[in-house]
Amino acid sequence: MTIDILMPALSPTMEEGALAKWRVKVGDAVRSGDIIAEIETDKAVMEVEAVDEGTIEAILVPEGTEGVKVNSTIAQLSGGVATSPAPAQAVAPVATPTPLTATAAAPAATASPAASSPRPAPRGPRIFASPLARRLAEQKGVDLAGLKGSGPHGRIVRADIDAATHGLRAPAAAAPSAAVAPRQAASLQQMGIPAGTYDLVPLDGMRKAIARRMTDSFRDVPHFPLNIDLEIDRLLEARSRINMSLKNEGVRVSVNDLVIKAAALALKRVPEANASYTPEGLAMHHHADVAMAVAVEGGLITPIIRQAELKGLAQISAEAKDLAERARTRKLQPDEFQGGTFTISNLGMFGIRSFASIINEPQGAILSVGAGEKRPVVRGDQLAVATVMTVTMTCDHRVVDGATGARWLQAFKGLIEDPVTMIL
Amino acid sequence: MATDFDVIVIGAGPGGYVTAIRAAQLGLKTAIVEREALGGVCLNWGCIPTKALLKSGEVYENLGHLADYGIQIGTRAFDFAKVIERSRKVAAQLAAGVAFLMKKHKIEVIEGTARLEKGAPAPKVTVALKAGGSRSLQAKSVILATGARARTIPAAGLEPDGERIWTYREAMVPKACPKSLIVVGSGAIGIEFASFYRALGADVTVIEALDRIVPVEDEEVSAAARKAFEKRGLKFRVGANVKNLSRTATGVSVAIESAGKAETLEAEVAIVAVGIVGNVENLGLEALGVKVDRTHVVTDAHAAANVPGLYAIGDVAGPPWLAHKASHEGVHCIEHIAGLKSSGLNAPIPGCTYATPQIASVGLTEAQAKEKGMAVKVGRFPFRVNGKAIAAGETEGFVKTVFDAATGALVGAHMIGAEVTEMVQGFALAITMEATEAELQATVYPHPTLSEAMHESALDAFGRVLHL
Repeated sequence: MTIDILMPALSPTMEEGALAKWRVKVGDAVRSGDIIAEIETDKAVMEVEAVDEGTIEAILVPEGTEGVKVNSTIAQLSGGVATSPAPAQAVAPVATPTPLTATAAAPAATASPAASSPRPAPRGPRIFASPLARRLAEQKGVDLAGLKGSGPHGRIVRADIDAATHGLRAPAAAAPSAAVAPRQAASLQQMGIPAGTYDLVPLDGMRKAIARRMTDSFRDVPHFPLNIDLEIDRLLEARSRINMSLKNEGVRVSVNDLVIKAAALALKRVPEANASYTPEGLAMHHHADVAMAVAVEGGLITPIIRQAELKGLAQISAEAKDLAERARTRKLQPDEFQGGTFTISNLGMFGIRSFASIINEPQGAILSVGAGEKRPVVRGDQLAVATVMTVTMTCDHRVVDGATGARWLQAFKGLIEDPVTMIL
Repeated sequence: MATDFDVIVIGAGPGGYVTAIRAAQLGLKTAIVEREALGGVCLNWGCIPTKALLKSGEVYENLGHLADYGIQIGTRAFDFAKVIERSRKVAAQLAAGVAFLMKKHKIEVIEGTARLEKGAPAPKVTVALKAGGSRSLQAKSVILATGARARTIPAAGLEPDGERIWTYREAMVPKACPKSLIVVGSGAIGIEFASFYRALGADVTVIEALDRIVPVEDEEVSAAARKAFEKRGLKFRVGANVKNLSRTATGVSVAIESAGKAETLEAEVAIVAVGIVGNVENLGLEALGVKVDRTHVVTDAHAAANVPGLYAIGDVAGPPWLAHKASHEGVHCIEHIAGLKSSGLNAPIPGCTYATPQIASVGLTEAQAKEKGMAVKVGRFPFRVNGKAIAAGETEGFVKTVFDAATGALVGAHMIGAEVTEMVQGFALAITMEATEAELQATVYPHPTLSEAMHESALDAFGRVLHL
């Protein structure tokens, strides 16, 4: 009896992924729970466990194949024990539904931007799309593999491309007639940089996801920055006292951990800033799920500290450390980086004084944290020296107005400058 | 609340009866109400019987130039009563076919006139039965498919009198072929009757208010059609407003005004073909608060009216007033009701005029595409250099294709010539499937056929025409 091993869905929104590595070869005996393959999505590498027992009879998708559709057969097992084919959800850890976050942007089957050039031979499974949809995708640089078709039998049609290029997820309503074509990037050659003077690094899933999500957000979200200076001498003092007292327990709280805690509490105090804009209404989040941007090789990822407003500093510190470590080794589960209601990006360690991040959709705001440095400050009429940290909050004006953002920053400032109030 | 049917369709024309069949296929308990004859205007008084008449006209016209084909016969003649009789037989045969289809799909046919009243979950349908008495029925959904009728303008005398002034209905069954005829309106209906009666030898003048005939078609098609019809002896007055149509002792008199100049035309008979109006009256729509825009029920993307459980499809829901549009809407509507995800109502609706030569089109005209701000690429190919057309001695006309220059998508196709009504579906399929020039150019067209002109037109749009 042959059992099909199917491409697992690593998250509810995943439609395809890359088969990064096979851990087994034809003829290997596997037992339930054995790791048989590694699957790569735009943000994580996941291990796939065998559900059934048997011998690997055939490997149908070679390792390194990109754009493998969820539920397509990737290998076959000749079963010693006959059980039903493993449902995909059972193979992979199931992520919590986070429909608004990045869908798996798997590498494209077609990538040639030149409309007149012959279409490249398709790789991976066949993508059903109308001729016009294929051409528009080429012209606009849309990855067909990342789209869900609304045509007959899930065929990708013009309306899907239009929706994708308008940043909408609308189903096939009447196709907008004169779609505004996005700016067509000129080739480097046309821009005066001849081929051969540079190396071309192929776009991996993470780079594509960053490019798409940041472009969509910067273009479609009406954003504005608010910045404020915070005096952090008391915060630094509190931190060293905390670390002193927790020394024996191996806990070492960072400034960033305190910033996360303060941000979560400020979100609780000004809940209007803990919100997402949706066409149906403003989603007021119940908890402060604070995402933190972690630079990793080849990009960045934003793991989340869930319900941070309810967690103690020691716990936040431990979680942040663990998440950052696993982010760097690309071992995060999808539900650990999908979702989140607010993001903190900290470039203080690089000496950056202030910067304004791009909003991580669908969140209502993102906080950019600069370096804490000694600066002259005016107290009364006297010049004094204080450790000052500049933070910038980028707000989605559709949900967080200027005054709302300002109130949040005031609340945040109060917590940071008088850390004792975090205990309240 | 218990219901008698899942769905009641009111009107058994090509919209209604096709909707009923699809409903039955989907397992819905279905009834259809018809006050007159199964098949509606299309089968009984429109599309089908006119095609029978036009075939008679075409055969008769061809007999007039048999010498071109090396054939000789004696004199040609027609028996007008037999021409009409054949047309009625064709209609009767197809109407019987619809009755068979209703029976086959276990659709209950209720003969009578329906009226809507407040009900839940859909309006209640009360039918005054033809056989006497009435039935009150409650369904989960009610679909109005009551069609339309000829528009009349009594103030200008544009109103049938049954003798000298006709609508399509009287024009289909006259006792004798008129010697002279004035047709008011140059849309498909007007042109088809003009073409038929002209083929049988009548002196025909067509009056059009707009500045060109068949005004819904592409301008180049209008111009070519006028030339081809004038060659056959049809006369036209364009940009002409009918001030008054009245009876005289021997026939009719039509006072028109064009570019400030008044003119009076006389003929034995006049046909009023100035558009149609939806059948929205006496259905109880006002009491239910159904939104009606002039004579058409206002519907949403799934053909739903503004009253729960009520839908409207086909002519009564607005233009284009075409049988295939009605069927398409009906199928979409019932599939939506049944919870299926239908492929949508945005498929282009082809239009055909069965004159000699024929006219067929789908999608946007060149002017419409430009109005939308589209840069276009236009291809043309005349039948006069198409081998099959030359062999058949039918070299009039051309195929014109309109492409979106930015994407290569085919957005419209416009044809005039022999058999073009049989070819337009190729372009309809192409647009529906979102084909670009690449697919139209890469498709193989059999040789020798008229359809090669479709290929050449698509090549011509991109400077690749082969035989010109």
